[in-house]
Amino acid sequence: MGTIALNSGLERTAFFYQSVVGKKVVMAVTGSVLCLFVLGHMLGNMQIYQGAEKLNNYAAFLQGLGAGLWAVRLVLLACVGLHILSAYQLWRLKLDARPTPYVKKATVATTYAARTMTWSGPIVLAFIIYHLLHFTTGQAHPDFRRGDVYHNVIAGFSNPAASLFYIVANILLAIHLYHGVWSMFQTVGVNHPRYTPWLKRLSKAYAWVIGIGNVSFPLAVLTGIVK
Amino acid sequence: MAFQLDSRTPSGPLEQRWSKAKQEMKLVSPANRRKYTVIVVGSGLAGGSAAATLGELGYNVKCFSFHDSPRRAHSIAAQGGINAAKNYQNDGDSVYRLFYDTIKGGDFRSRESNVYRLAEVSVNIIDQCVAQGVPFAREYGGTLANRSFGGAQVSRTFYARGQTGQQLLLGCYQALERQVDAGRVQMFYRHEMLDLVVIDGRARGIVTRNLVTGSIDCHVADAVVLATGGYGNAFYLSTNAKNCNATAIWRAYKRGAGFGNPCYTQIHPTCIPQSGDYQSKLTLMSESLRNDGRIWVPKQKGDTRNPNEIPEDERDYYLERMYPAFGNLCPRDIASRAAKLMCDQGYGVGPGGRGVYLDFKESIGRLGRKTIEERYGNLFEMYERITGEDPYTVPMRIYPAVHYTMGGLWVDYHLQSTIPGLFVLGEANFSDHGANRLGASALMQGLADGYFIISYTVGHFLAQVKPGGVNTDHAEFRAARQEVDERTRRLLSIKGRKTVDDFHRELGKILWEFCGMARNAPGLKHALEKIPELREEFWQNVNVPGSAEDLNQSLEKAGRVADFLELGELMCLDALEREESCGGHFREEHQTEEGEAKRDDERFCHAAVWEYAGDGKRPVRHVEPLQFEFVHLAQRSYK
Amino acid sequence: MKIILNIWRQKNSSSPGKMVRYELGNVNEHMSFLEMLDVLNEELTRKGEEPVTFEHDCREGICGSCGFMINGIPHGPERGTTVCQLHMRHFHDGEELWLEPFRAKAFPVLKDLMVDRSAFDRIIAAGGYISINTGSAPEANSIPVKKQCADRAMDAAACIGCGACVAACPNASASLFVSAKIAHLGLLPQGEPERDRRAMRMVLKMTEEGFGYCTNTGECEAICPKGVKIENIAMMHRDFTRAVALFREESKAGGAG
Repeated sequence: MGTIALNSGLERTAFFYQSVVGKKVVMAVTGSVLCLFVLGHMLGNMQIYQGAEKLNNYAAFLQGLGAGLWAVRLVLLACVGLHILSAYQLWRLKLDARPTPYVKKATVATTYAARTMTWSGPIVLAFIIYHLLHFTTGQAHPDFRRGDVYHNVIAGFSNPAASLFYIVANILLAIHLYHGVWSMFQTVGVNHPRYTPWLKRLSKAYAWVIGIGNVSFPLAVLTGIVK
Repeated sequence: MAFQLDSRTPSGPLEQRWSKAKQEMKLVSPANRRKYTVIVVGSGLAGGSAAATLGELGYNVKCFSFHDSPRRAHSIAAQGGINAAKNYQNDGDSVYRLFYDTIKGGDFRSRESNVYRLAEVSVNIIDQCVAQGVPFAREYGGTLANRSFGGAQVSRTFYARGQTGQQLLLGCYQALERQVDAGRVQMFYRHEMLDLVVIDGRARGIVTRNLVTGSIDCHVADAVVLATGGYGNAFYLSTNAKNCNATAIWRAYKRGAGFGNPCYTQIHPTCIPQSGDYQSKLTLMSESLRNDGRIWVPKQKGDTRNPNEIPEDERDYYLERMYPAFGNLCPRDIASRAAKLMCDQGYGVGPGGRGVYLDFKESIGRLGRKTIEERYGNLFEMYERITGEDPYTVPMRIYPAVHYTMGGLWVDYHLQSTIPGLFVLGEANFSDHGANRLGASALMQGLADGYFIISYTVGHFLAQVKPGGVNTDHAEFRAARQEVDERTRRLLSIKGRKTVDDFHRELGKILWEFCGMARNAPGLKHALEKIPELREEFWQNVNVPGSAEDLNQSLEKAGRVADFLELGELMCLDALEREESCGGHFREEHQTEEGEAKRDDERFCHAAVWEYAGDGKRPVRHVEPLQFEFVHLAQRSYK
Repeated sequence: MKIILNIWRQKNSSSPGKMVRYELGNVNEHMSFLEMLDVLNEELTRKGEEPVTFEHDCREGICGSCGFMINGIPHGPERGTTVCQLHMRHFHDGEELWLEPFRAKAFPVLKDLMVDRSAFDRIIAAGGYISINTGSAPEANSIPVKKQCADRAMDAAACIGCGACVAACPNASASLFVSAKIAHLGLLPQGEPERDRRAMRMVLKMTEEGFGYCTNTGECEAICPKGVKIENIAMMHRDFTRAVALFREESKAGGAG
């Protein structure tokens, strides 16, 4: 291996992305954006507990952002894209890296969450697509009314099958975050014996908060707390 | 052919000899160096450092190792540390003192000039290793820390926890890999040297077996460097790694290299006692433990009480009693013999009474458990893993075990053997340690040879020969190859009833009993009858399964044990001929009234160098007289 | 005690392998695991069968030669222990064990339980060193090193290169091994000049050799016989990212002299 030549920015990026570390860092950075979005999204939706007007006003405010909203959407879309691309490529690498499987394999430290990242991810993706068709564009909604978010949510979640999918998917999302949030820090190089245990706790708390928050919406509708 | 045992030792003041020798050495110009091929066999501390350094200089280096990586070499297992006369502790150390301690520790059976040079370059070794990134222990101020070791009254040992050998080897391995990356060193992993090729009186190459494919190959060179370690595994049970062997040096011996002082073997005092017949090796507990651990046995014979229940006044801290000046830190041979003496007299502890206590209670009380943990944590863990006992609460049990061989191929001041162009480094040679090696000196010697000596002396040799000139089609190469093939075929064709290990264990028992910690003429004579018988039986009745065209560990082992069966005889012969006690060689007939080793400087102030005389013929004993111009030959005293 | 062994037997790297069952009657609880295999091999040899090939050397847990999977865990069930230091007292009478080689594309099986780990050497050759020619080193104490740095460097340098981290990793990643070297040298002032170059070249080589990536499962750290921490992997990621971002071309005019 000779000297490394990184003359242009493109070469630099390619070099970075070519390596297993680069791909993983891309996954972590995009993951962190998505993480924050998920939190914001959940907090915004909490307004459902304050009534239809509050929630619909909030939706109108977001729609009113216009270009700003599209910018955020594009960033999110890019992040989702890169997150998935890197995940896919890393998953292929993983298959490559151990072509002959073990006859017997045990795990010592791997958590359930860490073990299931590669399939909790795709399910969450499927859910996101459904979720967009359900509440954003309406194609998957039986009674979609543009602008009346509150109505859409109540009507959408009144279908127990849809709610169940929401609940399952959000539990998986929480599990994904349970490993993902801490993992993000580790991947971008934040690890210190003093703080890492706290970061791990933060990761767990984050997952619980997101999980409980998101699952609460369909449950609230199904149980009639929100009407 | 009679040997020319010219030690090529420079004359003049001791402290100027190495500089003078360097100045007088011929040089190969940088542009010409790549025309010369140097084969280095072995990639441990000595071989690895030599290959890296010769590569840096620009020679075309081929380095051979039977391991899968240089990092596996047994240098890695050295625990305690490396000596250097830095005098960082301001406790009166100096090059001269390190030199003197080493000469005296070796019981005045080594060359003054060599040992002085070793002490002199010891300081450069530390510089080199620190620059390579060896994480030596540090003080809070950022400077290097030291500890003390057996046979010295100063603190001059540098250490990296209990893994000093590992860290030094990794430093040298990394330097070597850097040369591999630069294309100056070509590595041949999993290749075992099976013969040396000598053409017109010069070492011109080697024959190797690729341990994965079984292919036998010839390699040509302008000089051959052997750094293949010691032969302690002849004893079967030793602290050496399982694959350590004498094959390379033994085949070189049979091609005409003189073997120096084969009877000098070191028995290390602090090893974990054997627990059963299935045992495959013995584990060393670093000598550094003697810094803070106190060695004792119960005053009452056959005392089987729990050691913690034996009160202070019923304990015999025999080393402190017998050697008050050095106490628990007396040299290895003395500590080993004292332990054997105690056990022979019936004071031993543990199964079979083959053990003494090494107790940390006092130092844990004085320094706190944390400090002891910091200093020896990994050793304590290792002890617990092996024995299932916790040394923080129960004293360790230790017993001596074969550890190092001071003997090896004879070399001159240039580290060249009696075959021109064949250089021998590290434990594989016989130089520097005399009849007993001091703790933390093996690492020092391996690196001194590889980093700082061979670079000059190989250059000096090469400057006087033309590069190339022969190839593997040469009759000698073909003959050597054929011999190797023939021998392999023979080993595989016997298909007898005993395994290789059966023979190895038997040889080990003979050597341990008759050529171990204490030797006597009738015993040695007995061994000299038994070993040839065993060898005879080996070639009739050994069972080596598998084929030659495959990865075959049994075959590898068989070849090595076959050589040990010959070398063991030479060890006994040398021990029988040396009618004196010195260092690790203790002849029961020659001891003082107090049971100490009694040298005979009149008759034996020399190195014995054995010349191979052909199969079935008695080898010829030559001597290289040792002259002591700067130190006074004294009875060693550590009292 | 009695032990039942299912051992992966494979003649060479190109032939297929399979599990073969052996029963071993008289196992002593003080034996090490490898001594138990020695006994099996002696028995097999006497029966005229080929003994099981496994790599081993120092049997003190430091050379890193030994290592295979015991019931799906590299080096077996005891933490902080290489297989050579694992003693039979940790198993019970009649226990059935599955022994398999470490599996990874970068570690092809050579025979039975023995694999080729030379990829590790090639990664070290790519930059796992400090460039200092023999003889050019400054006086050792002229470079003060913070005790904490030396200690942390030593923690990382304790790696024995056995490859268990790769074997345990669900992605067959060599991150723990590579990062241990990057951290060992990067934490010391001596290693600073080549820190960026080292991180870039070693990570690139690791990728080229076909090792997987790190998913932060911590499996490697848990089974590492020397307790090397994944904290080092974080450092590797940090160093690599920073190095690529801040990398500068070497001067076109050549070196300074």
